[in-house]
Amino acid sequence: MSKRKATYAAKLKRATHLLFFKRHAKPGVKGWELRKALGSDYPKVLKIMDDYLKNMDLEVKTVFEEGKQTEKPSLEQLDRARFYVALRGELVPKEAKMIGWRIDDFAGLAIAIAHIISKKGKAPREEVEELLREKLPGWKVGLNVERYIRYGYLTQDDNRQLYLDWRTRAEVDQKALIDLLLSAETKA
Amino acid sequence: MQSRKAYEKFGREKLQRIIETCKSVEERSLDPFLIDITANIGTVKQYFPEWKIPEDLCLDAETLHRIASVVKLQSEWVKHRSTSLYTDPFLLEEKLKRMDKAEIARTLLKAWHPLIEWEQISLHSLSEAVRYWNSLIPLEERWKETPPAEVEASSTTREQLVRERILRDRAFSEELESFWHELGNFVEEKGEKGKVRYWDFIGAESYDETVDRAFMTSFLVTYGYATLEIHPLEEETFLVPYEKPVVRSAKTQLVSIPISVSFNEWQKWKRGELK
Repeated sequence: MSKRKATYAAKLKRATHLLFFKRHAKPGVKGWELRKALGSDYPKVLKIMDDYLKNMDLEVKTVFEEGKQTEKPSLEQLDRARFYVALRGELVPKEAKMIGWRIDDFAGLAIAIAHIISKKGKAPREEVEELLREKLPGWKVGLNVERYIRYGYLTQDDNRQLYLDWRTRAEVDQKALIDLLLSAETKA
Repeated sequence: MQSRKAYEKFGREKLQRIIETCKSVEERSLDPFLIDITANIGTVKQYFPEWKIPEDLCLDAETLHRIASVVKLQSEWVKHRSTSLYTDPFLLEEKLKRMDKAEIARTLLKAWHPLIEWEQISLHSLSEAVRYWNSLIPLEERWKETPPAEVEASSTTREQLVRERILRDRAFSEELESFWHELGNFVEEKGEKGKVRYWDFIGAESYDETVDRAFMTSFLVTYGYATLEIHPLEEETFLVPYEKPVVRSAKTQLVSIPISVSFNEWQKWKRGELK
């Protein structure tokens, strides 16, 4: 093995440790942390890692600050971004149930996220709960919203306005969700 | 002069209304285009020459600030509409209402790529655990029964018990009789028409003493040494001592009358505010 290859193999191992094992309250690693641990060529290391993970239906996901998606990010933008390992493909409902969520919980989350997106990223909690009551039992609505907040999918300000939080930005393809919701209804 | 004042007042009200409308648009995520920016700026301009005092100038500045916030919201609204994420909220709401739960959940699963996170024990948490384990007292010691505190028996005197207010220095009936005589004398000296105000009789220099006198008075009334005369409209309560204790027949329905003797009321009585 050439010296260059050996260096990258070592960096790859280190990146795997950093990205897979949770080190802070939130999962994932900030770009500047990766730069500190792997050197300034960490984007290249992550690219190699992403190629390896492809076979396992996983990917290295980059979430830029405030959810701004950029085609060619600058080094500063990458440093401030957060990197995660996420599922590349999709889960089937049977697999999704294994994580302990009921179909109601997924439907509620989809409704809340879609509604907030359609309201430019901010909606009053009462409005979201009213919409959820159409599909979920009344007693469950408040509990579910609290759960989405606790998991980091939604966040709430002092005026009881709901926003999308870090986990939605990391896990949910918002455009795909809206497109799928609209097209699913067209087929029905 | 009067009309100018009225004009200024009207102007302030108008600015307040603009601020409130702008605030409700911001807080309730309403359509920012509901606000007529040009007309509102016109109103601000119209009244600006009238403002002289700092409060009015602050109101003017706040109005401008609120209008600027709405302009910002309008700009964001336009930007959002031009993005691929824009969806008419009403259209989406209607569609969501018509889809069933399972269908919505399946749709989310197609756009959902959950994060992979492995939780593991760290060196820090291991060292914390070891520290906890080492400082943990064995169960045998923790669950030891605490023996009841030993109390030594010894003799006491009647004077000691009286001092500690466990016993009274006279029999209760004796004390009640003497208190009844005190009431009689009090009515003779300070009362009118054979009665005296309740608080004038029970009130004393200290709150403790007042409560004690109220307690004894309640027995005077219960045992038929005196009665209460209440004038609800005037909110006045009088004590009327009997010349001889009245024996109540068992057939008579007795009524309890609660009278509050709180610290505040005692203070009011001391200040002469309570009758």
